[in-house]
Amino acid sequence: MIELLFWQGCPSHPEAKALLEQVLTELGRDDQIVMTEVRSDEEAERLHFPGSPTIRVDGRDIDSMGANGHPSLTCRIYHLPDGRVSPVPSREQMEAALR
Amino acid sequence: MSIALGTETPSFELPGVDGNDHATGEYGDAKLLALVQYCNHCPYVLAWEGRLIALARDYADLGVRVVAVNSNDAARYPEDSFERMKERAEELDFPFDYLFDASQSLAQALGAERTPEVFLFDEKRRLRYHGAIDDSRDETAVSRSYLREAIDALLAGKEPPVAETEAAGCTVKWK
Repeated sequence: MIELLFWQGCPSHPEAKALLEQVLTELGRDDQIVMTEVRSDEEAERLHFPGSPTIRVDGRDIDSMGANGHPSLTCRIYHLPDGRVSPVPSREQMEAALR
Repeated sequence: MSIALGTETPSFELPGVDGNDHATGEYGDAKLLALVQYCNHCPYVLAWEGRLIALARDYADLGVRVVAVNSNDAARYPEDSFERMKERAEELDFPFDYLFDASQSLAQALGAERTPEVFLFDEKRRLRYHGAIDDSRDETAVSRSYLREAIDALLAGKEPPVAETEAAGCTVKWK
């Protein structure tokens, strides 16, 4: 199962979803993405949500480095392969998690 | 809702990471004043950070002052606390003042909504450009450098080619 957890206060989830869909298509997969909105600090705690967006494949976070961040309604920080900071995971992270 | 173009700079007096309080009047000699709604924790701010630092350095000798303002609720976002602001500014040797708007009064007066979000005021301290630093958080994909273009135009006595854009970033974290 592929889950994309998001918080509306952060604008990055549409971009993350579009990239994820693109990667799935390129890999020849037709998985549905389960979208879960996180609305409160309590939900963030319960869902172990370290920030928006968070993508899990079969329950495993595609960015293990940030998976254990403090649960919070915040924009999540990712690092691209070249070291730059990004509000969305890299294509490479998605590909690695889906292969 | 953000202040309209032409609006005068809201007055403020806020503590800076340098240990001093900074007030509106202190920047009176600047030809242009760019107030940038800012913070530590937001990945959009971090993505644009290098470009803002470069811009502040590039225009410092031309009389352009950049002032970053963090108005986020530090109780809920500890990474945005005043102590963490000091650490960030020191770590990256910020070439601009970094002020803590703990009461959120400046953010409210500006009608700020995002981080980063730019409010560029001219010599008469009227708002002349508002919005994004440029058109892509990915520095390799930038095609329009809105803030630089506005600064260049105003320094040349012209109108900014684009006066308002949508600031893409994290929301200001209100109390």
